[in-house]
Amino acid sequence: MSVDPIEPTATLGDEFFKGVWRENPTFVQVLGMCPVLAVSNSARNALAMGLATTFVLVGSNAVVSALRRFIPNQVRITTYILIIATFVTVVDYVIQAISLDLYKALGAFIALIVVNCFILGRAEAFAAKNPVLPSIVDGLGMGAGFCWALLCIGGVREILGSGSLFGLPLFHAGFQGATLMLLPSGGFFTLAGWMLLLNALRQRRARRAAAAPLALVEGR
Amino acid sequence: MNTEPLWAIYVNATLINNFVLALFLGICPFLGVSNKLDTAARMGAAVTFVLVVSSASAFGIERLLTALDASYLRLIAFIAVIASTVQLVEMFIKKTSPSLFRALGIYLPLITTNCAILGLALFQTNKGYGFAQCLVYALGAGSGFTLALVLMAGLREKLALGAVPDVAQGTALALLLAGLLSVAFMGFGGLSG
Repeated sequence: MSVDPIEPTATLGDEFFKGVWRENPTFVQVLGMCPVLAVSNSARNALAMGLATTFVLVGSNAVVSALRRFIPNQVRITTYILIIATFVTVVDYVIQAISLDLYKALGAFIALIVVNCFILGRAEAFAAKNPVLPSIVDGLGMGAGFCWALLCIGGVREILGSGSLFGLPLFHAGFQGATLMLLPSGGFFTLAGWMLLLNALRQRRARRAAAAPLALVEGR
Repeated sequence: MNTEPLWAIYVNATLINNFVLALFLGICPFLGVSNKLDTAARMGAAVTFVLVVSSASAFGIERLLTALDASYLRLIAFIAVIASTVQLVEMFIKKTSPSLFRALGIYLPLITTNCAILGLALFQTNKGYGFAQCLVYALGAGSGFTLALVLMAGLREKLALGAVPDVAQGTALALLLAGLLSVAFMGFGGLSG
């Protein structure tokens, strides 16, 4: 590939917000679900996981993009995985050094960032075809989208399950949390709930767009 | 050295700590390949095979890395082994059974990024299992994965004929089903007693 296929209209801002909303990795692309479900039992764990993943994503996007002309096509997936694994090893040791509690709470899921399919997906779909700066912005945007999706799920599960948010109690002392929300099934149910909500919103918007006069749609 | 009996490891990995429904490993193929019963069963078999082979390799590599005092390379070494195992399985299936190869399609190379496999390699290291224990653990995890996938595919095949509200089509419905299955599997928790 001799020319970078980046459209002149795609500004850095677009690259960022596409990850946050339009192509949100969790709610729209439904990629990388394992950590989303597994470590979202409290808002703190969710945020830590989101930040760790964002760091790995930005780092691997930058390196993959910088090396994109030197990586032979046949071994590209293996190369991407090794680059990602290097960054994950760094994160693994950093979290262990900062907070041992957090390290224990996240467990094997820090190491498992390596096989988070949306990181490999961004390397293959975006970083391998674009210059370094847009790739970094793309990583930041996708990471931000992943973070807020995790926070949405972690927040709901912590409020309903433990009656607190980021460890701060929200209700009076006698509050009985729904243990179900902290168990694995709570993760499935919460994510399903968000999906239902987003589907309903999307359908309502589609109905409105269909009902609206053409001029209104064009002039939005 | 861990002295857990082999049958306990197997039951634990298959039912009590089911890799998909209790540990959230391998959710992507679980949601992606669970549309048809037939494909789900074949996918389960392929994953089980890769689990067993990579578990054995990971056991050897862990010994080697400990001897070399280079355990910080563990993650990178494991993932490289898994990627090559999957490549090997892919070539093997392509040679021996082209029909199975076509049926599995894109999901075969994607086994590399199935977190159940790397997860298993890391868990067996953390638990300090011996060689036989590792193999049984891998088999148990594979049966658990296959069981969850087949159950899910059965449910989804039935629901494809049902009247599902538009809002709940697709992923949302699959997630609700997975949640219910997960509640059901919690009942096996009593076995660990």
